[in-house]
Amino acid sequence: MIVSQQKPLEEILGYLDGEDRIFILGCNGCAEASGSGGPAQVAEMQSILEENGKNVIGSMVIDFLCQKALVKSRLRPRTEQVGAADSILIMTCGLGVQAVAASVNKICHPACDTVNIGGSRGEWKGKERCLECGECLLEYTGGICPLTACTKGLINGACGGASNGKCELDPERDCGWELIYERLKQKNQLDKLKILIPPKDYSKMMPSPKMMSTSLWALEQIDQEEKIE
Amino acid sequence: MSLRSVLESGKFAITAEVGPLKGTDINEIEEVAELLLGRVTATNVTDQQSSVMRLGSLATCHLLKEKGLEPVFQMTCRDRNRLALQSDLLSAHVLGIENVLALTGDLPSLGDHPQAKPVYDLDSVQLLWAINRLNEGYDVVGNELHGKTDFFPGAVVTPETDTEAKLELQLIKMEKKIAVGAKFFQTQAVYNVDNFAKFMKRVEGFGVPILAGVIPLKSVGMARFMNKNVSGVFVPEELIDKMAKAEDKAATGMDIAANLIKELKHICQGVHLMAIGWEKRVPAILDAAGL
Repeated sequence: MIVSQQKPLEEILGYLDGEDRIFILGCNGCAEASGSGGPAQVAEMQSILEENGKNVIGSMVIDFLCQKALVKSRLRPRTEQVGAADSILIMTCGLGVQAVAASVNKICHPACDTVNIGGSRGEWKGKERCLECGECLLEYTGGICPLTACTKGLINGACGGASNGKCELDPERDCGWELIYERLKQKNQLDKLKILIPPKDYSKMMPSPKMMSTSLWALEQIDQEEKIE
Repeated sequence: MSLRSVLESGKFAITAEVGPLKGTDINEIEEVAELLLGRVTATNVTDQQSSVMRLGSLATCHLLKEKGLEPVFQMTCRDRNRLALQSDLLSAHVLGIENVLALTGDLPSLGDHPQAKPVYDLDSVQLLWAINRLNEGYDVVGNELHGKTDFFPGAVVTPETDTEAKLELQLIKMEKKIAVGAKFFQTQAVYNVDNFAKFMKRVEGFGVPILAGVIPLKSVGMARFMNKNVSGVFVPEELIDKMAKAEDKAATGMDIAANLIKELKHICQGVHLMAIGWEKRVPAILDAAGL
């Protein structure tokens, strides 16, 4: 289970600035349980965006967005719609955003921040990684997380340590920032690299006591129900 | 004359790097300081270079200052969070240190304490931004300082790269560093002047002085080692050949460095000598380069 919460609307609208045709993706897994990106929130987001003058040309809720094979197979029948969109707004955790950004050659905006719940895991296994930092930066990095893709977790660009595109720490490991550069280039978004990212609020990376004792997952409510004797 | 006034007045700057030793023995540093006095514009002190635990940069900068040298306080983001970085910057200011070089810092796992927790709370761009905030009289969260700093902040760039992505990432980051206050750049070691001239052409419009890095070659093995292991260093085969054929390797290495400096003098605003153990030979290299 990964808990996510929607970013402030202003931030999301800022990401969509200058774009008209938006495709919304939600996730029927953890995001639905978190109340941040299930069918209800996707429908709600659609009307909010329309009220703000956007043309929502399609939406879909998939289970699960962190599984790239599922993302591709479910989106394939909607290729035309997705192709016509200026961008995709993805209402799920950092893993889901990264998996979609890796699967679809479209600008992908994160609509949620992933909240640290202090160690619980259970998602589909993929190569994407999310540190649950509570301040999702995927908007600026082509849908590749700099905190996990860069061994130093740098957020304002590469260090000088890469050789032939590989990290100095491990010649088998790609330089995360070179991956980010290639992805942004592919999506015609290299300007994103020029944006100065202020220091992160690492207090958001500490799980709150509340988060450590609940995952908001519907099934967790079983704890409060009568035990099976 | 301070590094700031040399660079601002458009004079050619010479900086040399010294690395404190592991331990409290400062004899070597003091001997080097005497040899460099009057020969260089400023002296960089590395911050536990290669993530090997050593005597600190701040204390060593203070010692150099007492000896009459102008120190450049190298500060990495590897070991200190934003509280410690800012506090050490305030300490540097009250010790009279004016120049700070902001770096990301090597990963601890590459040094002699691989078990250490890497910090990287700020990155080099954000550190430059923080220095600028202190210069304006505020800390990074906006609290007013009782007495502000007056730093001349610098940064680093790797001019020679092996992928398009790396070059573009370096240039974009360089622009970001300038936007948050970097006033000068010191580069990774340069061995190919033509390639460096192309880099200088790309950054022509950036409007900041650039000090080209020079590492004197000591042996063929050192050149090959750097080519294999040091990112951004490319020693051409031609120079390696020259070293291989040389009878006096040290003299040839120093000669190559002096010739590089002579050529670089025409295309950038200064040189930065990283002698790596050969600090005492820096005056002789400068003599040979006519500086």
